[in-house]
Amino acid sequence: MAPRVGVVQFPGSNCELDVVEAVRLLGGDAEILWHGDATVAGVDAVVVPGGFAHGDYLRPGAIARFSAVMGAVSEFAAAGGAVVGICNGFQVLTEAGLLPGALQKNRGLKFLCTTVELRVESVESVLTSEAVHGAVLRVPINHFEGNYTCSPETLAELQDQDQVVLRYVQNPNGSVDDIAGITNAGRNVVGLMPHPERASSALLGSEDGLPLLRSLLATAGAPA
Amino acid sequence: MTDAEATPIHRALGLTDAELGDITSILGREPNRLELSMYSVMWSEHCSYKSSRIHLKRLPTTGEGVLVGPGENAGVMDVGDGIAAAIRIESHNHPSFIEPYQGAATGAGGILRDIFTMGARPIALMDPLRFGPLEDARSRWVAEGVVSGISGYGNSVGVPTVGGEVVFDECYKGNPLVNVLCLGILPVDRLVLAKATGAGNLAVLLGSSTGRDGIGGVSVLASAGFDEGSEDKRPAVQVGDPFEEKRLIEACLALLDAGLVVGIQDLGGAGLTCAASETAANGKMGMDFDVAAVPRREDGMEPFEVMTSESQERMLAIVTPDGLREVMRLCERWEVQATVVGRVTEPDAGGVGWLRIVDGFGGEVLAEVPASSLHDAAPLYDRPMAEPVDLAGRRAEVVGAPADADIAETLLGLLCDTTWVSSQYDHQLFLNTVEGPGGDAAVLRLKHPVTGVDTGRGLAITTDGNHRWCAVDPRVGTALTLAESVLNLACVGARPIAVVNCLNFGNPEHPEVMWQLSEAVDGLSEACRAFGLPVIGGNVSLYNESRGTDIDPTPVIGVLGVVDQLLRRPPGVALVEGDALVLIGDDLRGPAPSLAGSAVAWAVGNKGGSLVPFDGPAHTAVADLVRSLAIEGALRGVHDCSSGGLGLALAELSAQSGIGARVSGVPTAAHLLAELPSRVVACVPADAADGLVARATAAGVAALRLGTAGGDRFVVERGDGTAPMVDRPVAEVSARWRDRLPDALGAGTSQN
Repeated sequence: MAPRVGVVQFPGSNCELDVVEAVRLLGGDAEILWHGDATVAGVDAVVVPGGFAHGDYLRPGAIARFSAVMGAVSEFAAAGGAVVGICNGFQVLTEAGLLPGALQKNRGLKFLCTTVELRVESVESVLTSEAVHGAVLRVPINHFEGNYTCSPETLAELQDQDQVVLRYVQNPNGSVDDIAGITNAGRNVVGLMPHPERASSALLGSEDGLPLLRSLLATAGAPA
Repeated sequence: MTDAEATPIHRALGLTDAELGDITSILGREPNRLELSMYSVMWSEHCSYKSSRIHLKRLPTTGEGVLVGPGENAGVMDVGDGIAAAIRIESHNHPSFIEPYQGAATGAGGILRDIFTMGARPIALMDPLRFGPLEDARSRWVAEGVVSGISGYGNSVGVPTVGGEVVFDECYKGNPLVNVLCLGILPVDRLVLAKATGAGNLAVLLGSSTGRDGIGGVSVLASAGFDEGSEDKRPAVQVGDPFEEKRLIEACLALLDAGLVVGIQDLGGAGLTCAASETAANGKMGMDFDVAAVPRREDGMEPFEVMTSESQERMLAIVTPDGLREVMRLCERWEVQATVVGRVTEPDAGGVGWLRIVDGFGGEVLAEVPASSLHDAAPLYDRPMAEPVDLAGRRAEVVGAPADADIAETLLGLLCDTTWVSSQYDHQLFLNTVEGPGGDAAVLRLKHPVTGVDTGRGLAITTDGNHRWCAVDPRVGTALTLAESVLNLACVGARPIAVVNCLNFGNPEHPEVMWQLSEAVDGLSEACRAFGLPVIGGNVSLYNESRGTDIDPTPVIGVLGVVDQLLRRPPGVALVEGDALVLIGDDLRGPAPSLAGSAVAWAVGNKGGSLVPFDGPAHTAVADLVRSLAIEGALRGVHDCSSGGLGLALAELSAQSGIGARVSGVPTAAHLLAELPSRVVACVPADAADGLVARATAAGVAALRLGTAGGDRFVVERGDGTAPMVDRPVAEVSARWRDRLPDALGAGTSQN
């Protein structure tokens, strides 16, 4: 049976259908998880997609973490379930305490939509298991608050525990240590600012996001 | 004596004495304050097109595939596979000068509502922008604010901005142009119109509460020019909330999907007055409208303020009483406020539908007017027109080329990469964007709006305007602008199917401006007929003047195209090392052409001369050839020759790809820099160049092998052994192109 991926929809999310489309392209099943329902509906993996959940009011992710679905997502993650936050979803996961650190405004103080190069730094995570260590991927970014920051202690821990899974080849936003994506200690929760679903077709300019999404489907499809 | 005593109220509202007389005769009595306010916004230039309607009638509006033409919220085309495309273009020029961020943001918000009002999901925005010169600190402030506003609103509301234009010119210093085009798609069978039918049906106000923002925006702000004290008009600019709009889009599309909507209308210019009267008039019905029921942001608002407020993010849906419960449930899910504010009523025995503004249903009647009179009875002006007195002399002027020593610098000075702007816009959302900003036209995958099934075809859109051509000759200039759009589409393999236009002009009370408008309409009509294209929507923005000086006439044309087989990415503005460069549409054997209307002429202040005439069949032959080549995959790079002529097309190809070029056989600087229409530069494998020239010749299209792409220098030679006209390192060409905007906008801004 194809793995089922639940994609969270908050009011203000806007990349949820793009993620659904990319998951289906790879043969996965995808369904929308409404933010107001306190359940992940038995899916095999959860994606918190990009957008502006609750309008990014207060700050990105600050209100979304109180949506009913997030309690269920936290429990799912605590039980070892695969959870990926993309862009605004990464911001939501840091606000929800599922990942360390925070995303602040880009160094240039401008919104930035462009395609960047990412280096795969660790294949030990639910989003990179099928990728090649050291491979360089061309994947779009699309954010105002993508400048990853954390305490020196947290950074040391991320580095020591091989939790930085993706780094920018050329840092576009000022993120500490060129960090584009991280995983948690359990390696089942990943947050990243770039959009792998936007790199899912040669017609759109890049297929480099596919190894990442394939990793998620492989994890989700594996017997528990 | 106070101002209020000095100015009669109708004049303060922007109505003339004659217009007051018309209202009095319609009503058979003196209008009250509320009624006057309602007529003043609906009869404003912005809402009624009273100065331009008489001319717009000359545009061709019918053709194959047209589902909805001009006059509705958006034009709609059948694009096959059960899918319709809704498209509209609008201006938000005046608000953006006063308050750039909010002016531009609410411009985007307004046009999105026009699109989903038709039942369509908005899938793309384009932003043709025109600002004062980069050397002017206030113009930079306007430019930065406008771009931030589009970025802040468009990105957050979740609609990609896939292209547009950015032009800087002295004539926009006191009056920038902020146009915005929106494209949406819908299943053909879901098309809805702004119509209230069925007596007893309910009008439900969706979205934001109503505040005092934007009162009189259409009459006070959009329908008058700028002078000293324009800053005082800032309260007439609305404030946008993209999160509210995003929820409103989702809620409205959910209501439409569920079949709960009889008719729907957005609240834009003229607010509730427009939405209530338009839905009633379109349905040939009346409406009782309970002004007391309207949720308000603040206490103490007068009925006239509620009825004319332009508070953003509001829609008026007509629903059946039976469906109301489900409507409320869906709105609650999306956290969208919904309030019953009106009831559809039968017309009277004479067939007149009355819009009655009441204080509570059954309560006091505050206003009572024939709903249709707010639209159909609006005045129609045939304003005096006069061509400029010095026209003949101006057109006889000879516009020469720069001296040899200045050619390279002149050319490089025209380079301007607009990535600084487009990188602030999300241009990829929805996984449709095959070609985004920076190309000749945007190309989007066409997926079914409900099933998501990929049709294997694409939609393409482009916007183009050229105020220089139109200043020299508004008629030919407008025709050539549409021709450029057609060629831009051809470069990405698309065939054009429909046109929208945004006619940005000066003060219609100036006879020369009305002459420009009339000429532009005729030029557009002529070109549309030559290409067999219908105009399915448009917008007229007048009073673009500052301190008595009108902008150059600036018709902005948007064209929708279809890519019948979207198998590969279009060639794009690119060079491949070692390839041949071929000019299609010209063999450079003619005499040195005039530089009239060119960027080069403008740079030295020469606004005279004559444009070459528009030649429809010749242009069509070039566009057909280029389109075929693009679809076949025969081109490895392509760029049309437009502003800056052949020289800038070559320089942009080189700058953008970082690859040099060596071309020869360009006889004079005029051949390099003149802006002749119907030409593209193609980059093809070296062994394919002669075949391409032969194929073009067979198709009756002139062509010339210009030279070779590659190396690290950008060189243009005459081919007669004399020193090159241009010889610069490609690194310099790229840097000049790339750094122009960031360097200029890094120079600081000023509000003053």
